[in-house]
Amino acid sequence: MVLKGFRSGVTFWIVAVMLDGCGSPPNNPYPAAEALKNILYTSFEERPKHLDPARAYSANELEIIAQVYEPPLQYAYLQRPYQLEPLAALQLPTVTYLDHNGEVLADNALEATIAYSVYDIDLRQDLAYQPHPAFVQTGEAAYRFHDLSAKDLEGIERLQDFDAVASRPVTADDYLYQIKRLAHPEVHSPVAEMMADLIVGLRPLGERLALDFEARRKQGGWLDLRPYPLEGVEVLNEHHFKIKIKGKYPQFRFWLAMPFFAPMPFEADAFYAQPRLKAKNITLDWYPVGSGPFQLTENNPNRRMVLERNPHYHEELYPSAGEPSDQALGLLKDRGQRLPLMDQVIFVLEKETIPYWSKFLQGYYDASGLASDNFDQAIQFSGVGQAELTEDLLLKGIHLDTAVTASILYLGFNMQDPVVGGLDPGPTRLRQAISLAIDEEEFIAIFMNGRGVPAQGMLPPGIFGYLEGEAGMNPLVYDWVMGSPKRKPLLEAERLLKEAGYPHGIDPKTQQPLVLYLDTTMSGADDKPLLNWYRKQLAKIGLQLVLRTTDYNQFQQKMANGNAQLFRWGWNADYPDPENFFFLLYGENAKASKGGENAANYRNPEFDRWFLAMRSMDDDEKRLEIIQKMQAIVRHDAPWVFGVHPKSFSLRHAWYQNYKPNLMANNGLKYLRIDAALRAERRAEWNRPIYWPLALGLVLFIALLWPAFWAYRLRMRSPAR
Amino acid sequence: MPQLLPTDVFFFLTLFGLFGLLVYSLGQTHLRRPWQKVFQSTQAMVSLVILIPYLLVAVADSIRLEGVLVPQAGEGPVASSEPLSLLDLGLQRLRLSVEKTYSAPLQVELHAREMVRLPDGREIWSTPRLRYGGSHLIDPFKERTSDLFRRAIKGFFKGALVWLMLTVPLLAMVVWWTGDKRRVLLDIALGRSRFPWRAVLLAGLFLAMVVGVLAEWAAVYHVLGTDKVGADVLYQSLKSIRTGILIGTLTTVATLPLSLLLGILAGYFRGWVDDVIQYVYTTLNAIPGVLLIAAAMLVMQASMARHEAAFQSLALRADVRLLALCLILGLTSWTGLCRLLRAETLKLRNLEYVQAAKVLGVSQPRILLRHILPNVFHLVLIAVALDFSSLVLAEAVLSYVNIGVDPSTESWGNMINTARLEMAREPVVWWSLASAFCFMLGLVLPANLLADVLRDAFDPRRVS
Amino acid sequence: MSAYLLRRLLTTVPLLIGINLLTFVLFFVINSPEDMARMHLGQKHVTQEGIAKWTHERGYDLPLFYNGKAEGLEVLTKTIFVEKSLGLFLFRFGHSDAGRDIGADIRQRMGPSLAIAVPSLIVGLLMDISLALLLVFFRLTYLEVWGAALCIMLMSISTLFYIIGGQFLVGKCLQWVPISGYDSGLEAIRFIVLPVLIGTLAGVGSGVRWYRTLFLEEIEQDYVRTARAKGLSEAKVLTVHVLKNAMIPILTGVVVVLPLLFTGSLLTESFFAIPGLGSYTIDAINQQDFAIVRAMVFLGSFLYILGLLLTDISYMLVDPRVRLQD
Repeated sequence: MVLKGFRSGVTFWIVAVMLDGCGSPPNNPYPAAEALKNILYTSFEERPKHLDPARAYSANELEIIAQVYEPPLQYAYLQRPYQLEPLAALQLPTVTYLDHNGEVLADNALEATIAYSVYDIDLRQDLAYQPHPAFVQTGEAAYRFHDLSAKDLEGIERLQDFDAVASRPVTADDYLYQIKRLAHPEVHSPVAEMMADLIVGLRPLGERLALDFEARRKQGGWLDLRPYPLEGVEVLNEHHFKIKIKGKYPQFRFWLAMPFFAPMPFEADAFYAQPRLKAKNITLDWYPVGSGPFQLTENNPNRRMVLERNPHYHEELYPSAGEPSDQALGLLKDRGQRLPLMDQVIFVLEKETIPYWSKFLQGYYDASGLASDNFDQAIQFSGVGQAELTEDLLLKGIHLDTAVTASILYLGFNMQDPVVGGLDPGPTRLRQAISLAIDEEEFIAIFMNGRGVPAQGMLPPGIFGYLEGEAGMNPLVYDWVMGSPKRKPLLEAERLLKEAGYPHGIDPKTQQPLVLYLDTTMSGADDKPLLNWYRKQLAKIGLQLVLRTTDYNQFQQKMANGNAQLFRWGWNADYPDPENFFFLLYGENAKASKGGENAANYRNPEFDRWFLAMRSMDDDEKRLEIIQKMQAIVRHDAPWVFGVHPKSFSLRHAWYQNYKPNLMANNGLKYLRIDAALRAERRAEWNRPIYWPLALGLVLFIALLWPAFWAYRLRMRSPAR
Repeated sequence: MPQLLPTDVFFFLTLFGLFGLLVYSLGQTHLRRPWQKVFQSTQAMVSLVILIPYLLVAVADSIRLEGVLVPQAGEGPVASSEPLSLLDLGLQRLRLSVEKTYSAPLQVELHAREMVRLPDGREIWSTPRLRYGGSHLIDPFKERTSDLFRRAIKGFFKGALVWLMLTVPLLAMVVWWTGDKRRVLLDIALGRSRFPWRAVLLAGLFLAMVVGVLAEWAAVYHVLGTDKVGADVLYQSLKSIRTGILIGTLTTVATLPLSLLLGILAGYFRGWVDDVIQYVYTTLNAIPGVLLIAAAMLVMQASMARHEAAFQSLALRADVRLLALCLILGLTSWTGLCRLLRAETLKLRNLEYVQAAKVLGVSQPRILLRHILPNVFHLVLIAVALDFSSLVLAEAVLSYVNIGVDPSTESWGNMINTARLEMAREPVVWWSLASAFCFMLGLVLPANLLADVLRDAFDPRRVS
Repeated sequence: MSAYLLRRLLTTVPLLIGINLLTFVLFFVINSPEDMARMHLGQKHVTQEGIAKWTHERGYDLPLFYNGKAEGLEVLTKTIFVEKSLGLFLFRFGHSDAGRDIGADIRQRMGPSLAIAVPSLIVGLLMDISLALLLVFFRLTYLEVWGAALCIMLMSISTLFYIIGGQFLVGKCLQWVPISGYDSGLEAIRFIVLPVLIGTLAGVGSGVRWYRTLFLEEIEQDYVRTARAKGLSEAKVLTVHVLKNAMIPILTGVVVVLPLLFTGSLLTESFFAIPGLGSYTIDAINQQDFAIVRAMVFLGSFLYILGLLLTDISYMLVDPRVRLQD
């Protein structure tokens, strides 16, 4: 009896281990039956906040909904530089320019004369939605699940619990409906403001909706957007519509490749508007209804999300051409195959890094991002700075893909600040000196383990206007030495500092070292060395840095008020166009005064002039020239210390095929292929449980008890107890 | 110029307070027997031998000087911009010998390989030598082991020497005190003395030798390796001691007046006073600790952000946060002691001598001070001792949930928190985690052992 | 008996009110809704207007106690206090700041929490009691001394080390079980083994010590001597008499934690990616989702009070003397 409790503990173990002793390895976190299926396993760290195509904006949200919703355009998967190709549309939209009177202008009309641009979008005929209960009809315009009573909802906790589903073709009206939703007061689209300024009639619509919505707030229920007119969108027939935007804004085509412009069936909106469904967390924000290659069939944010093939997906074939090297890389093996290639994609919740990385090495995740810096030891750098995998990983057949992201991390100066701001020579020299002193190469080596390239200006590689080599170098910070940029010596920074009026960093007014303030957010213990590092960088030229750390909310508040002096921030491009970077320093976008994205509050009339000219130009020689001028201006004015363009590193197993890093497209899952047989084989090979410590522990325990037992016997026998 | 941070002030107040209590209680006749029991316990005294160095480190780390001259690489000494503690100054070498990034304990090379440019311009793939760790070695592959060995021996002897220098006068005093030289020394040698001299001295010797070896090694190596930005892990671990001890003691002591006052009042006056006090602590007690702490910390951070102007330096900010954490932790943990005190007072007030004092017309504050307070002292002592280790452990957990000490404060919790990521590295970076583990265990284990003895000695229920 | 129960029940009411008031002060008097809005509206393109909209829709822009703009009774009811705090009494948790129904989430997450907590409790209890009995059985041998020392040793190690170490050793090096994750039904066993084991190990130090003192106290009692005198073997004395008599404190100790099993373990669930209430709470803390933290504070306190109530009742059932007191 005494021992029984213990034994039960052990048997619990053994039974549990035995349960899965046969077939797949015991540590396989998935059901054994799934082993040979055409399923891709990947992970998510935090549940996506929004899956509503009008709301989703973060990378982790787009990762899901870009597979489900289908906007008119997409980025070509294999082509570089990035270019758009039709997706739901039959061809790229044609653009017509109109003047104030609505007269059609020539394509090469002067920008000043262009009042409106009209995008003409011709849709495919074979588009259809995924099966969904919202479409189930009981008659003409009568829907079975649109007015559910509490009784109907008994036993329904998830969307899968509905007993009937249906589908219908996608129409141009659905696209119109979605554009109207961007202005819906309850949807809170992050682009609502921007689109209201752009699309003709969207702002008045938004105001009207807000009024009507407020008026009927009490009664609740569905606000049908169909009767509301939207001047800027004209539906010509079921598969043809036009969008009218203000002015000339060629970048609008990129927005047409984002889920913001995917179709939304009014049935879904009506269906999800039922308060009883909301109370069960069955909302559009949770269960998307799309026409894309996949449908989200299970969404359990606590455990996993499952994308399954959409049976009604229109015909789309694997691209047959790409970059010249794609053939050799085996990226064209599937050319002409119907997409998607995978039956299921399972996203598993994984918050901690140890399990995540271990499962990847055990073969239970097919690919692993290297976004956070935990896994950098898997990587080594070869002579030319090329990243390579360590031998262990190479032996496992793991591949590494790297790409420089279309983003920039920078250290900004508040140009309204009396010390570091302003375009006068003094503060400008000070900013230049600081730009020189902060050794971004060291930053990359220590904090990013080489996963980044030092920024030479505002534009990351891969964006039009970025120049390679000496021509693209920031001549104020670097010298061109033996074929590569080399940071200028610190003496140069000290000279600049002297010219700025702070010899050796001493402020003549106080006779003390000049003190600067860096505003930043601190999220974890890892940030401390980082902040110390910044302090050290400025100390090199005799300046003192005081760190003011706050949480992100307070930080944003400070930025909005223009109270910061130095700050760290970053930008992730929305689309591959230089405009999406330069607008961050456009004077009219100043954060403090206009609430825009120009956090440095930089305003240089010359730069602003060039920006306006460059913004609406096509990618030609002239644009390139203007971009170089703008780069030269910001390099001289140094409103930012141009920091780093991070590189994304991703690892994938040998059975994970057709992957090519595409930083613009989010809908790449449909191209991927898994070799499930190879995967099962490797998993079995890599996961051989080691049981002998269990036996050893048992033997040790008994060995420990045995003498005690004897001692006890002895005691029992001795009379003097 | 000495400088005090808020926690320093409170820490010293706490230490003086605890010390005063100790001295006071030693003078109390009814506590003499339990104290004797404690002093005669090998377990307690050996634990104390380990705890005292910890405490000394924490004290040394709480005395700060401003404007100390710090040697700078390549230049003359420069006045340090932030106040440095005595510990910082003592460990100047550890603090300043910062490598590029990770290196394993006692290694002379970086942990990871990287491209190294040879003098002749070729580039090879290898692990570069450390800037400081083992830089005195010319050919580390041949010399390192023997150098480590030699230094270990040297450290042993140095430690032993220091131990001798302390022990001999001590023993001389003991012998002089008792008179009978030979017998006393024989008793000590055989472990028969009432005070466990032999065990204490042996533990001291062991400790001195370990410290000796570590110090000898630390002079030229990174004994516990370096972290991501090349900072010495031994230095971090030592700095964390202050945080641990501070949270362990300050938390209980800061709310001690509250629980003493309320507990005794509730027990003594009963009636509505009792009802109100009971209501307050039951309510607080009913809220799950972590959640209450989380909520309070979130709110505290928000209010600190609002009054940002009050905190000029990062150090002050972190320090205020540490203090706030202690108070918040104290707020959640005072209820237990309060309840015990109430129950004990309930018992005491019915005892004859209290009743007699009442009848004789002794004023109530006087009864509380003279008759009740001294007799609940043992509960306070046990509570402080028992809470100490659980609070040190709690700090680590709270840091994991990001509601612990400031990320810039050195603490074991923060070390573990970062080490979680390091365990996912390939190859594994284990030394930060291992160091935090050892140093925590080194503090918590003796503290638990000591608390065990204290409880046995003072808890009347256990006197058999 | 029912009178006692009723009295006991009534005393919980002011407690719940106190907790409600406390959370209200913490979450609404000291906190600004604008911070929450910024947090939840994301980072790009946030406007002041959007923030106003956000706070308005969640009702965070109402006055705290007294609404001067409203009419009639709404002066009092159209306030944050009534709308956000009083609903908790009816378990109306409302919507999280991210817009999800908290009640539904809690119901869904209870299962996995229990799936970990119940086996942990049972296995832990069995382990603790049997090891404690073992120590008592072998008292006055080296096993007792070292066993007691080992217990203190195990107590002195942070839970984090058990989790990190266990996951690393069992999951990564030995590959016995999946390193993390969860599944429903029988499949769950594989995922539960490791957390339960680690939970047991982490608690074994203090548990064994506690039960050992319990048994040692019992063993001094007269009835044990009588049993021995009757010639019963020591093993029998321990398992039959001592264990039976120690059952009352053991069971009441268990009863008090029963309701809290629902709220799960913060650390274990988070490390092992178990979709229970513990990880729900941690996520809420990290995302600063005040509505969820508020709901969990209330739920946790409620369950704790329930536990106390249950203990009282079980005491009363076991020990009739209680009824006479108080």
